[in-house]
Amino acid sequence: MSLRIVVCVKYVPDASGERGFADDLTVDREGVDGLLSELDEYAVEQALRIAEAAGGEASVTVLTVGPEDAREAVRKALSMGADQGVHVEDDDLHGSDVMGTSLVVASAVERAGFDLVVCGMASTDGVMGVLPALLAERLGVPQVSLLSEVSVTGGVVSGRRDGDTASEVLEASLPAVVSVTDQSGEARYPSFKGIMAAKKKKVESWDLEELDLDAELVGSAGAWTEVDTAVERPARSAGTVVKDEGEGGLRVAEFLASRKFV
Amino acid sequence: MADVLVVVDHVEGSVRKPTLELLTVARRLGTPVAVALGAGAAQTVEVLAGHGASRILVSEAGEYADFLVVPKVDALHQAVKRVDPVAVLTVSSGENKEIAARLALRLESGVITDAVDVEAGDEGPVAVQSAFAASYTTRSRVNRGIPVITVKPNSAPVEPAAAAGAVEELAVEFSPAARGTRVVSRSARESTGRPELTEAAIVVSGGRGLGSGENFALIEALADALGAAVGASRAAVDAGWYPHAHQVGQTGKSVSPQLYIASGISGAIQHRAGMQTSKTIVAINKDAEAPIFDLADYGIVGDLHTVVPQLTEEINKRKA
Ligand SMILES: Cc1cc2nc3c(=O)[nH]c(=O)nc-3n(C[C@H](O)[C@H](O)[C@H](O)COP(=O)(O)OP(=O)(O)OC[C@H]3O[C@@H](n4cnc5c(N)ncnc54)[C@H](O)[C@@H]3O)c2cc1C
Ligand SMILES: Cc1cc2nc3c(=O)[nH]c(=O)nc-3n(C[C@H](O)[C@H](O)[C@H](O)COP(=O)(O)OP(=O)(O)OC[C@H]3O[C@@H](n4cnc5c(N)ncnc54)[C@H](O)[C@@H]3O)c2cc1C
Repeated sequence: MSLRIVVCVKYVPDASGERGFADDLTVDREGVDGLLSELDEYAVEQALRIAEAAGGEASVTVLTVGPEDAREAVRKALSMGADQGVHVEDDDLHGSDVMGTSLVVASAVERAGFDLVVCGMASTDGVMGVLPALLAERLGVPQVSLLSEVSVTGGVVSGRRDGDTASEVLEASLPAVVSVTDQSGEARYPSFKGIMAAKKKKVESWDLEELDLDAELVGSAGAWTEVDTAVERPARSAGTVVKDEGEGGLRVAEFLASRKFV
Repeated sequence: MADVLVVVDHVEGSVRKPTLELLTVARRLGTPVAVALGAGAAQTVEVLAGHGASRILVSEAGEYADFLVVPKVDALHQAVKRVDPVAVLTVSSGENKEIAARLALRLESGVITDAVDVEAGDEGPVAVQSAFAASYTTRSRVNRGIPVITVKPNSAPVEPAAAAGAVEELAVEFSPAARGTRVVSRSARESTGRPELTEAAIVVSGGRGLGSGENFALIEALADALGAAVGASRAAVDAGWYPHAHQVGQTGKSVSPQLYIASGISGAIQHRAGMQTSKTIVAINKDAEAPIFDLADYGIVGDLHTVVPQLTEEINKRKA
């Protein structure tokens, strides 16, 4: 039996650029370069490790939902070693909220066929960290999320989840949805060989019609949340910076006292 | 007035401070009705009633501890059906956000996560969010169903307000999916005796500039002098100098204390994402060009190994 793994990855604006909102209050994707969300590299890494542990009996499909450029995120994951890609692209997807996005991702995952879905812990733009849970709810399979360690044996996925107050060991039968944190293990760099091989790998392109989804359910039209305003936060006004001449600690203490912290 | 459902965050019956803040927020929108789930839930009643909860729905089923997320979604779904609230509020955390999103989907409602404030608006609650490492402030609404909103700690003051606090047993029927993900074992985090990072009024953080794990003793001593929580940069955590639970930033905790003191931290965008909304920021760094100084209300360019101990000593002297 072969293990079918789908890794969900998001194409996001580079955090080191000047990120902002477009006139319609969606993320401005023109003004800043995009890339594969760094946190999804961990998802690709864990998917590849799980596939490797399963010997030859596994396939890894990379899936992204996003505009034309999002294909670059798929390419990057393919060059890391994933087998094939799916890119869901449709103009009507513009302005989707997390409910719309999760609907599309769930339909695409179902169409691709899966035993295990691997996601990152959060995207680096929306940073909601809820898409994997929504995916599990929609697909009707267990969620095993926010894992810092993950493994699959004999049709069971298990892992460690480090929460606010406790660390838990979790377990569920496949099929399941997993999300992994940046504590799960350093992601590999694409090798030259990997980059060359990726060029030959197949990336399918699906639109809403192929997923049998009504345009009214997604995009701005189908969004259940609405952004009224987005305002750039004024830069913090420049504070006092002084060089330590042997009394730096005393200076800070004085400052703290002046603000009533001491 | 309309009811607002407030999900109680508690550890074996002791209510965590962000829930009390949530009750303040809820009172702006209507009458708070609290839901407390899990072992010790019944012990939360007195505190909740003292902070404005008119009713408290309690369910102590073992499923909440034995299985992940879904049992709580089932319980809240049934609580919503019983109360018919105008909004559901919960404290932002990894688990609570997942619960909130799944609940919202079942209710066919929109979800908003990580609000830093919630206001009453003409068309329902307006959530203030902070985007792109806190460089933007947005105002959003849920335009369909019962708004489900997760709110970050430190978003509102804790205000005592006496209310009836009538206790009701919530008998929950669990869905087949509830037993999907088993919690095989659980180890509670050891208490350090210091305030919890996300709830603390003062946070003292150390980074790679500390040079070693042992040197975190400098940060801990300063934290203890100020009654503060200890934070760390990812570089310090990755080096194994301090536990990941203390990491501040995009993939760690986000904090918004009255005072944040960063020592030996450069101020990378991912770190700033977790502390940029602190009210007052103090930085100690030997590099005058470090980006952290752009945020600092007060900065010292100097060696933390001399500045931090001197600061700690002076604070202890002033307190004595
Ligand atoms: C600043 C900001 C705030 C927002 N707030 C809200 C809000 O409060 N409510 C709301 O409904 N929407 C909100 N959105 C929109 C929402 O973030 C997007 O709709 C998004 O596509 C889904 O959420 P996420 O990116 O935050 O996913 P997360 O839940 O953070 O992502 C987790 C994982 O899901 C997978 N994934 C996410 N998106 C995709 C994709 N397109 N293709 C493939 N895999 C994917 C990845 O593996 C990723 O690591 C917000 C967006 C922004 C930019
Ligand atoms: C996807 C992703 C997520 C991330 N998430 C996080 C996160 O959640 N939190 C986080 O912190 N980072 C995160 N990072 C990492 C982040 O980019 C930085 O690498 C990290 O914050 C650097 O930590 P630092 O400031 O301690 O170390 P450095 O950048 O190495 O800075 C050390 C500083 O110490 C100063 N210094 C050195 N010696 C002394 C001395 N004796 N006295 C005074 N000052 C001294 C130096 O001048 C320097 O400014 C993330 C990165 C990625 C890609």
